[in-house]
Amino acid sequence: MRTILFLIRKEFLQIFRNKFISKAIFGVPIIQMLILVPAITFEIKDVRLAIIDKDMTPESRGLISKLEGSTFFRVSYSTFSESDASDKLNRNKCNIILNIPSGFGKDITTGNQGKLTAVVNAINSSSAQLSWAYLNGVIGDYNKDLIRKNISYSPVVTMPQIQIANRYWYNETLNYKYYMLPGILVILVTAIGFLLAGLNMVREKEIGTIEQINVTPVRKYHFITAKMVPFLIIGLVDLALGLVIGKLAFNIPFEGSIMLMFFAASIFLIAVLGLALFVSTFSATQQQYMFVAFFCMIIFILMSGIFTPYDSMPMWAQDLNLINPVAYLMRINRMVMLKGSTISDISRELYSLTILATCFTVFAVSRYRKTA
Amino acid sequence: MKRFLGFVRKEFLHIFRDYRTLFILFGIPTAEILIFGFAISMDIKDAGIAVLDLSKDEVTQKLTNKITSSGFFKKSENLLNYNDIDKAFKKGKTKAVIIFEKDFGKNLLSEGKSSLSIIADGSEPNTATLITNYTSAIVNDFTRELSGPALNKSVLIKPEVRMFYNPNLKSYFMFVPGVITLVLILICALMTSVTITREKEFGTMEVLLVSPLKPVQIILGKVMPYFILSFVNVLVILGLSWLVFGLPVKGSIVLLLAESMLYILMSLTLGILISTVSQNMQQAIFISLIGLMLPTILLSGFIFPIENMPKVYDYVSMIMPPRYFITIIKNIMIKGTGFMYIWKETLVLIAMTLLFTGLSVRKFKIRLE
Repeated sequence: MRTILFLIRKEFLQIFRNKFISKAIFGVPIIQMLILVPAITFEIKDVRLAIIDKDMTPESRGLISKLEGSTFFRVSYSTFSESDASDKLNRNKCNIILNIPSGFGKDITTGNQGKLTAVVNAINSSSAQLSWAYLNGVIGDYNKDLIRKNISYSPVVTMPQIQIANRYWYNETLNYKYYMLPGILVILVTAIGFLLAGLNMVREKEIGTIEQINVTPVRKYHFITAKMVPFLIIGLVDLALGLVIGKLAFNIPFEGSIMLMFFAASIFLIAVLGLALFVSTFSATQQQYMFVAFFCMIIFILMSGIFTPYDSMPMWAQDLNLINPVAYLMRINRMVMLKGSTISDISRELYSLTILATCFTVFAVSRYRKTA
Repeated sequence: MKRFLGFVRKEFLHIFRDYRTLFILFGIPTAEILIFGFAISMDIKDAGIAVLDLSKDEVTQKLTNKITSSGFFKKSENLLNYNDIDKAFKKGKTKAVIIFEKDFGKNLLSEGKSSLSIIADGSEPNTATLITNYTSAIVNDFTRELSGPALNKSVLIKPEVRMFYNPNLKSYFMFVPGVITLVLILICALMTSVTITREKEFGTMEVLLVSPLKPVQIILGKVMPYFILSFVNVLVILGLSWLVFGLPVKGSIVLLLAESMLYILMSLTLGILISTVSQNMQQAIFISLIGLMLPTILLSGFIFPIENMPKVYDYVSMIMPPRYFITIIKNIMIKGTGFMYIWKETLVLIAMTLLFTGLSVRKFKIRLE
């Protein structure tokens, strides 16, 4: 035990002797959280419309003013030329072109259907679909207005109505910061732990200082533990800092048990650090390690469900995620923090993380060779 | 010149000797393209939905079936009372609960009016919005079916939509440009900064500096192989996205490749700049990976449109080179527009390259400290 403590002390000294790293492991997460968390939103507002109104009747003008009055849309251009409008779309000066052909108003008053075309920039398919749905909604409302104002347009039809009330629990205003803060926090903790722990180990190999440890009676598990503990502590401190920022800067509530979150994060960090040290036994140089780490991290992060709904992934991808520690902590963090899930709600994730942590650590200890 | 070529050859040997790194160099973009193409999507599919049916009649049964058979949703459980809702959400599988009021079907058929509520799990705001939107659409569809042909008369406006550039609404139209942008800047910045700091850390930089090679030649020689490798990487990504997704380059491919070269050059000079400010490899890796990765993904418009962000981020993201390259590549590849549409972005990238080069030259130390 004493040996481990001494080794841990050595690691801490080495980490904090490097002025840049010792500041960066706490500074970079804080700065990135402060800058990145408020930036991210999928919320659509201010969809810019270019309108081609060739009709110029009260009906078409009514629709345009209805659109101007809505919170989602802003009419940024009005033109009569289609090529002008599509140029605006190409230059990203508008998101949707709404083309009202002449005869629109006449068709409505004579009881025919008034036709209009919307051209949506669909490179980002999900926001294209949403903005089209909103546009369709406004047009539908306008349709109702027309009927209400002038019954002669069409006979009154009593149609059954289902009123829908939407409510959002845990985050009533759909504040994206609630969603992104736990996610970004997981990424930062992962990146720092995974990258630094492994680099640290490979560095000893690369510059040869590992030989000095190898010739001492220090046992394999002593050495691995001593390499893990400092980064485990740093990771937890980063997590704590992130949560404080969430509370102070963004006023994000913490519904669940903080102890439970740190407990889960500790198991997660052991798993990640175990994997880092395991990978480091395969790498001879820091450059090599860095590439493997980069590769793993990108895959872990993208597959973890940080930006995209987890359940939409095909089955094979969800199966692959069984060995992705980041996916588990991503879920745990959001559930505990925002919904107040208890230990029994996240037991499956905790078991899986424990298994991963054990396996990776055992692999790391057994792969590490004291003899060349 | 001969000396310089020899030096470049040495650098190439360094890289090719390490086949694992080389493998990963091309593995990263390949894996990313495949993940974005096949594994993750922004849309919802099989989202768990729980039903609290206080009415339990034929109409609610039909409507529930209609909702769960849409492909967007999967019924996760049937709830019996309001207290179960919180429990269901806390377990995490249920993303939304639909509550039918008492006598839902009776009210609808006799009075023509009834109500239901959708409670969505707001801890995932994007999923929550999509779920409420899709369910409302399905419910509206349902009422339209109930009212039959009489309804047709009340439709005065018939809007038609054209999804431009991406008619089948595939998410890879957004991802492929993003992946190229992300991979190039990270790999270039990482590799250059690491390879130069490595020489510093091991003291071999001194050997190079006392050699007859000029400092400029040393740096150029270090950067040259990565320039070529990154360029091959661009070709690999474009080839893959064409083979796997059938995504062609709509505009001029020559222009696209030229712009890619400019972007690679910019990323390499950024890497050189990072190497001049870091003392060792750990530091260089820290700056180029942890410092660059998240801002590149989040502030470049790759996944999250900048126009939806708070106004200040329009300015904050202006210092992010990926923002410009994503615009360029989307324009050439997907919109098929020419140079006239992207000259501003190109100028910014050129200016950034010059700035980084200038700063590096000023910071580069010929003598060891």
